[in-house]
Amino acid sequence: MDITTFIPRKLWVPGLLLLILIVLATLPLYAGSNRVLFISATTLMYIALAVSWAMFSGPTGYMSLAPAAFFGVGIYTTAILRNELPLGVIIVAAGIVSFIVALLVGLVTLRLKGIYFAIFTFGLVVLIGQLVLYYDIHILGVRGHPVTPTTYEIMYYCMLGLAVATLLAAYFIRRSRLGLALQSIGGNEEAAAHMGVNTTRVKVLTFAISAIFMGAAGAIMGARMVFVDPAATFSVGYSFSPVLMAVFGGMGQLYGPVIGATIFSLLEIWLSGRFPLYYAIIFGIILILVILYLPGGVVGLIPKLRNRLGGVISRLGKGGKAEQHANT
Amino acid sequence: MIEVLPAVLINGLLVGGVLALIALGLNIQYGVGRVFNIAHGEFIMLGAFITTTLFTLTGSVKIDPLVSLVISGPFLFLIGFILYRTLFTSLRNRAPSPAAFEGSSLLAAFGLIFVIQNTAILIWGGRTRVYLWPHDFAIPLAGTVFRFSQVIAFALAIAIGVVFYVFVNRSRLGKAIRAAAQDPATAGLMGININMVLALCFGFGALLAGLAGSLISMYSSTSEVMGLGYAIGAIIVMVLGGLGSIPGSFIGGFIIGIIGSVVTYYEPALVIPAYYTLFLILLLVRPQGLLGK
Repeated sequence: MDITTFIPRKLWVPGLLLLILIVLATLPLYAGSNRVLFISATTLMYIALAVSWAMFSGPTGYMSLAPAAFFGVGIYTTAILRNELPLGVIIVAAGIVSFIVALLVGLVTLRLKGIYFAIFTFGLVVLIGQLVLYYDIHILGVRGHPVTPTTYEIMYYCMLGLAVATLLAAYFIRRSRLGLALQSIGGNEEAAAHMGVNTTRVKVLTFAISAIFMGAAGAIMGARMVFVDPAATFSVGYSFSPVLMAVFGGMGQLYGPVIGATIFSLLEIWLSGRFPLYYAIIFGIILILVILYLPGGVVGLIPKLRNRLGGVISRLGKGGKAEQHANT
Repeated sequence: MIEVLPAVLINGLLVGGVLALIALGLNIQYGVGRVFNIAHGEFIMLGAFITTTLFTLTGSVKIDPLVSLVISGPFLFLIGFILYRTLFTSLRNRAPSPAAFEGSSLLAAFGLIFVIQNTAILIWGGRTRVYLWPHDFAIPLAGTVFRFSQVIAFALAIAIGVVFYVFVNRSRLGKAIRAAAQDPATAGLMGININMVLALCFGFGALLAGLAGSLISMYSSTSEVMGLGYAIGAIIVMVLGGLGSIPGSFIGGFIIGIIGSVVTYYEPALVIPAYYTLFLILLLVRPQGLLGK
């Protein structure tokens, strides 16, 4: 008996997603150690970062190198507010602050050619890091902030919630008018403008929305830290990783960045502690190879494989039928 | 401020000259080769490390930094040329549009940063390095002291810039480069081997970065992670001076050098925010740069 006849085709994907969600939601019950929780939370964080990066840069082709800037803003928001407000409020606050920063950056740079945007976001991490350091030392008169860390369970559940929220937001943006407008900007920006798309508004708004999730991810990560130092908070690595993950996974489908983030965050946790130099070199080489040979990412491979396999299967099927004909 | 102003200005000019040389290399890589080479700083680092290694070799043979310019420059040219012929040419052939090539080559340049920087740490061990150039001496000027090595680096940077300007504007290859910068497709139809010209340009850019790195190592300490800061400075200089303009790169270099020097005098932590403020104003008022078309 074939099980597929009992379950309608339409329910397959939602059912599978629900199952994954249930497994993830009950993970702390049987995880056994904090290390498993921390690794899972880090993976979920990278999923949120990669998906939110692909939300804007995927369809438009505008290369944002700012994730680390918003991520750092989030960590720093936690550092300042942690001892005064509950974590939930801080996460929302970090999202709002990142949204506003992204709005300002976008309004200035997104009117111009894509390359200026890439240049500006590239240095944004260093710029905000330096400003925060200056503020810390000269205005607050301190260097860094001690934080009371939360438990691993709380961090894990926050990251899970954030990853789900990011995926839902990305899903609904793809299906909305905004998503169509973004696609048309990526296809041909001038034509999109002629069709009546307010290109600047669409770009700035999506860029700012994507920053909310990066800032929130930073806020949750900051809540697990013991001490937040501005110099270490604004690290360019958090800009490169989500970009590589999204490009590696492929941005044609929503689940592409999820696949890329899962693979690379596990790889990073496994390798970067033991061989940090080799990990960084492999990271760079994979990035170059993916750009060269897998422009659609891992997800881009699936239709190709399906075509190949599909051809083989249908040929087998035809062969079987032909045999039956011969028998009768 | 008034009494130290001449010293601050001279320092700004000295810094700006070398920065302009770096920006010039970036300018030709992006202006002609269409590769926004964020890994440019890594070429500077390689130039500096080659010079440092050749000078601090254990043994009797020590190669003077000024002599090693003729080693680091051509070596970096070769690296740049090979990179363009292999990696960037194949990206360019696959890209559906010039804009798509700019995006993918920018990402590939990021990959290069990781590979070059960490390979360098593997080879050289990740320590900050500094050496003393034996012909160096102090020059008392404008109430402060400058170093001869800094002045020599400045003079050579200007000289290399002038030679390069003459080369691009007077030679036959320079004409081909200018044609390729304007319209690669038409230039190709006119009988220019476009892939070769673009690869040469990328190589020249790497060569200039290597020379700048060698010069920097004469008066400043070097480390494997030094590249990014210089690359960001050079990017702003290039945008300020105007894409595709050689004199623009130098004017931009001097302006950024002087601004950096003045801000450092008051508050070193605000140098990068000052650069960015300038960059923002520029993007709003004159995005094509001072001498850009």
